[in-house]
Amino acid sequence: MDETRPVKIQVRGLSKVFGKQPKKALELRDQGLKRPEILEKTGQTLGLSNISFDVYEGELLVIMGLSGSGKSTLIRCLNRLIDTTEGEIIIDGENIPTLGEKALLECRRRHFSMVFQNFALFPHRTVQQNAEFGLEIRGVEKSERHTIAHNALKQVGLEGWEDAYPNQLSGGMQQRVGLARALANDASVLLMDEAFSALDPLIRKDMQQELLQLQNKMQKTTVFITHDLDEALNIGDRIVLLKDGEVVQIGTPEEILTKPADEYVRRFIEGVDRSRILTAESAMRPVRTTARDSDGPRTALHRMRDHSIDSIYVTDRDRQLIGLLEADAASRAIEAKAETITDHLTQDFRKVPPEEPLQNLFAMFSEKSYPIAVVDEQQRLLGVVVKGAVLDELARAGEQ
Amino acid sequence: MEIPRIPLGSWIEGGLTWLTSEYSVVTRGISRITQTGINSLNDGLMWLPEWALLAIIALLCWKLASTRLAIGAVAGLALIWNLGLWNPMIETLTLVVIATLVAVVIALPVGIAAALSERLYRLIMPMLDFMQTMPAFVYLIPAIPFFGIGSVSAIFATVIFSMPPAIRFTTLGIRQVPVELIEAADAYGATRGQKLFKVQLPLSLPTVMAGINQTIMLALSMVVIAAMIGADGLGSEVWRAIQRLRPGDGFEAGIAVVILAMLLDRLTQSLRKSRRS
Repeated sequence: MDETRPVKIQVRGLSKVFGKQPKKALELRDQGLKRPEILEKTGQTLGLSNISFDVYEGELLVIMGLSGSGKSTLIRCLNRLIDTTEGEIIIDGENIPTLGEKALLECRRRHFSMVFQNFALFPHRTVQQNAEFGLEIRGVEKSERHTIAHNALKQVGLEGWEDAYPNQLSGGMQQRVGLARALANDASVLLMDEAFSALDPLIRKDMQQELLQLQNKMQKTTVFITHDLDEALNIGDRIVLLKDGEVVQIGTPEEILTKPADEYVRRFIEGVDRSRILTAESAMRPVRTTARDSDGPRTALHRMRDHSIDSIYVTDRDRQLIGLLEADAASRAIEAKAETITDHLTQDFRKVPPEEPLQNLFAMFSEKSYPIAVVDEQQRLLGVVVKGAVLDELARAGEQ
Repeated sequence: MEIPRIPLGSWIEGGLTWLTSEYSVVTRGISRITQTGINSLNDGLMWLPEWALLAIIALLCWKLASTRLAIGAVAGLALIWNLGLWNPMIETLTLVVIATLVAVVIALPVGIAAALSERLYRLIMPMLDFMQTMPAFVYLIPAIPFFGIGSVSAIFATVIFSMPPAIRFTTLGIRQVPVELIEAADAYGATRGQKLFKVQLPLSLPTVMAGINQTIMLALSMVVIAAMIGADGLGSEVWRAIQRLRPGDGFEAGIAVVILAMLLDRLTQSLRKSRRS
């Protein structure tokens, strides 16, 4: 990453001691003692020790560590849900640990939105009212906050669920509400505390993907906590690795994988299954163009010509893939004066889920040269894989 | 050597006598206001013809709870009417309603304060233990010098005896709000007031309602006992039956109390359940 990017949050020498005599614990720490010895000698727990890092404007920074590494404490220090013991956290020139009560409230309202591991939705409020919460707290006028929250819900795909209560939604949907609540607030930093850890693996992947899409669109400064290295590597622009309350390594996913700072990190990344990373998803390219089932044959043919392709995937209004239209079939449809293309589709193509291993894809290319469609469980078209991309991806894996 | 007996009783009496004489203006004021409240509610309920009140209560049961409760209410109240206990029943109901109102008005803020301040919590909890475990009759004795014989004394003793559950449940309800929801409210910059009114109180409402239900039940049992210091109502019917050794009369009045209790209990419980939790 470019070190000259504008810094949003500056964390310097941050420490946190749990207990009544923090000074004593920090003195011992300065003498070089570690967490277990300090606990034994003083009964104080050294939660975080001398943490320094920057969060750049617009990046997605992942703070990753196992349980007990202090990552949850760290994220709570950022918006001071937990008071720090020493150190600075500077956001837009304000040092958060020294703010007075009023200034702290103001700072939280302006700078921080938070998404929680167990969603922390208010059960007595509807989805809409939950999404409005941050704005309501800030005193935004009713009709305005209604519109903003509605748009946020639309962004996370929850349109039509406004009047439901959280307990009527699935876990994944509940966390979307949590995300909408954070987005509606439009604070300058998004804090995500193990936001996807309580979701089952497939939904989790979806949510990661969606977060990345949102991130591409909005470029919101995000601090994301996780204990899952796969997740960290998947979504992080940069990763801060924590162990026992100390920073072990800071770097891009690539740097962490290729240049582990010490034995601990090396052992950690051994757990990442490289072959598992090589899935249809990793070789997938976005679809340049699709046709809709309601399109006429002329429109579809026109699209194919515009993109110099000789077949086009056709989806319905829910983006569900319903078939493939070949250029010949389209011209035949025009001759037959067909209104729509639905009767001229072929099902003679391959589709795979995003987690399909690349090796399997390779065999599918033998007969026809259509791009392979990648679809999710709802049969929605996520992207396509072409032969070249698979070869490219496998070749690169071989080099590593 | 003989250890002298601690004159705890005379200390308390001294304190009570001092309170009575020093604060007679206050007690008389309270007495007047309470008596006016009792009289107007009582007169209002008595002014309605029996069948009209019966219909209103049945409608209330049907709307708020179920048809079954409405049918039960009609049958029970009709029995009370038939036994000629309608007026004492109204008097008892009046005392219960007023005592509960006073108890709740005091209990809610105290319960909230105790939930939010650990020190207050530690101060109030032993007081509640005292109020609840002290034999209920004992409150009747100082009530008389304070407010004289009659309904106001009954209300005083009843409020003290029935208030603890409302305080306890309010405190419990607020303390039970999950930490993560408090954290969420904090993270979005909520002030204490916003946190209380937008998160803590709405979420503790079912528990608070359970407390109020308990308060009503205790109030009912106490206003019956308070017949001993001249409170009107079903209690005085029971009291008279005891003095005249007429078990039949006693049970009739007792059954009327049971009917009233069940009715109030089911009604307030349905109020609690109809809320979304």
